[in-house]
Amino acid sequence: MNLTIYVWRQKDAKDAGGFEKYTDECKGISEHMSFLEMLDVVNDRLTEKGKMPIAFDSDCREGICGTCSMVINGRPHGPWKATTTCQLHMRAFKDGDVIYIEPWRSKAFPVIQDLIVDRKAFDTIIQAGGYISTNCGSAPDANSMLIGKEVSDSAMDAAACIGCGACVAACPNSSAMLFTAAKLAHMNTLPQGKPEEAQRTLSMVGAMDSAGFGNCSNHLECEAACPKEISGQVIAAMNRGYAKASFGKR
Amino acid sequence: MNLDAHIPEGPIDQKWENAKFKFKLVNPANKRKFDIIVVGSGLAGGSAAATLAELGYNVACFCYQDSPRRAHSIAAQGGINAAKNYQGDGDSVYRLFYDTVKGGDFRSREANVYRLAQVSRNIIDQATAMGVPFAREYGGTLANRSFGGAQVSRTFYARGQTGQQLLLGVYAGLSRQIKAGRVTMFTRHEMLELVTVEGRAAGIVTRDMVSGKIESHAGHSVIMASGGYGNVFYLSTNAMGCNVTATYRAYKKGAGFANPCYTQIHPTCIPVSGDYQSKLTLMSESLRNDGRVWVPKKKEDCGKKPSQIAEADRDYYLERKYPAFGNLVPRDVASRNAKLVCDEGRGVGPGGYGVYLDFAEAIGRLGRPAVEGRYGNLFDMYQRITGDDPYSTPMRIYPAVHYTMGGLWVDYNLQSTIPGMFVLGEANFSDHGANRLGASALMQGLADGYFVIPYTLGNYLAGQNPKKIDTDHAAFKEAEKSCKERIDTFLAIDGKRTVDSFHKELGKIMWDHCGMARNEAGLKSALELIPALREEFWQNVKVPGSGATLNQSLEKAGRVADFLEFGELMVRDALERDESAGGHFREEHQSPEGEAVRDDENFAHAAVWEYKGDNATPVRHKEPMTFEHVKLATRSYK
Repeated sequence: MNLTIYVWRQKDAKDAGGFEKYTDECKGISEHMSFLEMLDVVNDRLTEKGKMPIAFDSDCREGICGTCSMVINGRPHGPWKATTTCQLHMRAFKDGDVIYIEPWRSKAFPVIQDLIVDRKAFDTIIQAGGYISTNCGSAPDANSMLIGKEVSDSAMDAAACIGCGACVAACPNSSAMLFTAAKLAHMNTLPQGKPEEAQRTLSMVGAMDSAGFGNCSNHLECEAACPKEISGQVIAAMNRGYAKASFGKR
Repeated sequence: MNLDAHIPEGPIDQKWENAKFKFKLVNPANKRKFDIIVVGSGLAGGSAAATLAELGYNVACFCYQDSPRRAHSIAAQGGINAAKNYQGDGDSVYRLFYDTVKGGDFRSREANVYRLAQVSRNIIDQATAMGVPFAREYGGTLANRSFGGAQVSRTFYARGQTGQQLLLGVYAGLSRQIKAGRVTMFTRHEMLELVTVEGRAAGIVTRDMVSGKIESHAGHSVIMASGGYGNVFYLSTNAMGCNVTATYRAYKKGAGFANPCYTQIHPTCIPVSGDYQSKLTLMSESLRNDGRVWVPKKKEDCGKKPSQIAEADRDYYLERKYPAFGNLVPRDVASRNAKLVCDEGRGVGPGGYGVYLDFAEAIGRLGRPAVEGRYGNLFDMYQRITGDDPYSTPMRIYPAVHYTMGGLWVDYNLQSTIPGMFVLGEANFSDHGANRLGASALMQGLADGYFVIPYTLGNYLAGQNPKKIDTDHAAFKEAEKSCKERIDTFLAIDGKRTVDSFHKELGKIMWDHCGMARNEAGLKSALELIPALREEFWQNVKVPGSGATLNQSLEKAGRVADFLEFGELMVRDALERDESAGGHFREEHQSPEGEAVRDDENFAHAAVWEYKGDNATPVRHKEPMTFEHVKLATRSYK
């Protein structure tokens, strides 16, 4: 198929950036290609012409590392439900389509170059408390603590988050509530995470706020965009947990 | 080259205890005076960095990804082995040890493997304490599944995302140490050079991939946990960024490289669909628990839809040839048999390089919901990539490069031939011999990082002076200069071909001549083709842009330049190893049934290569492998 793509090009964080149109480079695209393989082809053609290829992040290309991050026709990770950009295939498009490709847009995720953004703010949130404080070597036998299947499954549902940031990109307020709440739901659901529950909730929410992410106004665009289908209910749980922890502190 | 493995005295089950007792210790006040550099933040590097920081060392950890949470350990699907015997089905440390040595086709070091089996139990405890949500039974105990190469159920898992969950556990611990100021994390940094001072590892030179800045980092020890080199084949299940640069640069600085020809071809991957393909996607080996592998008996049926081929016309070749293990034979055996039936012309799908993995029987026996529960996310992934629904039609799979058992040589203490440089995880060579069993990579990475290096590193550092090392030393300046010159050279060539086109061509040479099956003529021709391609690369590669900004073409150029040298070393190793062993299958050495035939008299050793200069042939050394506990025998899974 032949396509027209408009790609956000931005030299560095200071550059204003803008869309560039490519048509010649997007001819003869196979429907079996992944979306990123289509961009690989475009990049090869740009390079051969002596132009700078489009910079974009990707690594595992099997939907688990969370590196790839682009807004395709206004939707983070593109049109398919529960699918990262790297797993999106060109079958989703047809001959003659026009595709707009942009980076995640959020104050807390500054653009580094073209489609690549800096997501360190997510690491900062985890560093604030997204862990269980236990040193290596002191763990009891794993079966000495029984954890019901439902509890473990529910923690796993939340732990499936890949930290890609699509939730932030989808949110009109650039909120990181789904990301933060998913980590809290994973840790706070498990008995191992209980002792630090209140402190963890307060610290991570605090770190999220100071990183420059917006607040939640219950649009739940995050849930719709999440490639791992993390439920928006974790946000409600986080709000409850936060209120409880705040009272407890007083 | 000194290849003393420093295996501790005593009976095999007491060696590690004896070693730990004899190790010198660093007192807590002195630990903070030692600076440790960790290259890589996957299961091995991340767990080492966090654990060493917990002990009180100053740690600097480097990764090329934008966050340590994205290291490629994250992509491991199926599970992690541990000799817990929670199922009471006859498992033990000794049995895991035995299975691993046998599975490795008797080319690994017994003492290391035994220790791996011993600490495997602690890993599950540690990961659980860190909040890893392993699968559970209704009663609340941990669940297990079975995996290839074993007849007990010892694999722990978290749906099809075990690597992700274990890595997030490691990342959580690492994040805690970063917050505490015990670990300084350098993301989007790539190691370009190892620096040695007076014969000891003294630091590294890195490139900041955002600013392009070349920087030196000094340390009293360098820990390499930079993963494997499967991307030398271009197409593999590795992540796009996985590369050999860190380990290859260390090799060029004097570290022995062991068994580079041992590569693992994973039997269950989605077949290649076209020239544009950038990577191959693995379908977890756990699928072989319930999926049945088959091809049509007759070539004429290959073009038909699978539903049109009668049961009697199907050849479940693994069940037929290996009744004891059936579809659960080890990876090398499963891969080779898939190639065999496709070479006979009985392969399915476009191009004829695929076999069916069929779940119809499992869905009939267990019901669709149970199958969904076990493999739902994998089935969804398959459907997204191929457009086929595996609930109603069998998957098509074909083997693909997945893991590399070879790596930098290390002794029992995980120290390389360069004093002060330790190597962990897939980057070293020690535990898997010529073939790795499924669910053992996660086990080894975490064993090395959580439970081995924290002890062995102290033993090394106790004999070192904690005085700060200065990056103004001539060795650092020289290394920085050579990195800068190399970058300038890439940018100045201004040829006609993209970096990827060279990488693809190298990959094809490697796959055709040094892939699933190898022979003398093919390997010799690769030894001609690779240097010619390398020559062209340095004349005709096109790297646009500058070195002073983020430049992905430049990053790739550096990695591919190293692959172009490393590939030759791999081929040389495959040529010299004139036997078949595990993942290394030399067509000249096979039984009438097509099984690998080892030559224990001449090749029961690790081949360790020593770099002798760009224009000289590297020298092959040997570390003999002796087997006191697991008797050398022909592997049989019949």
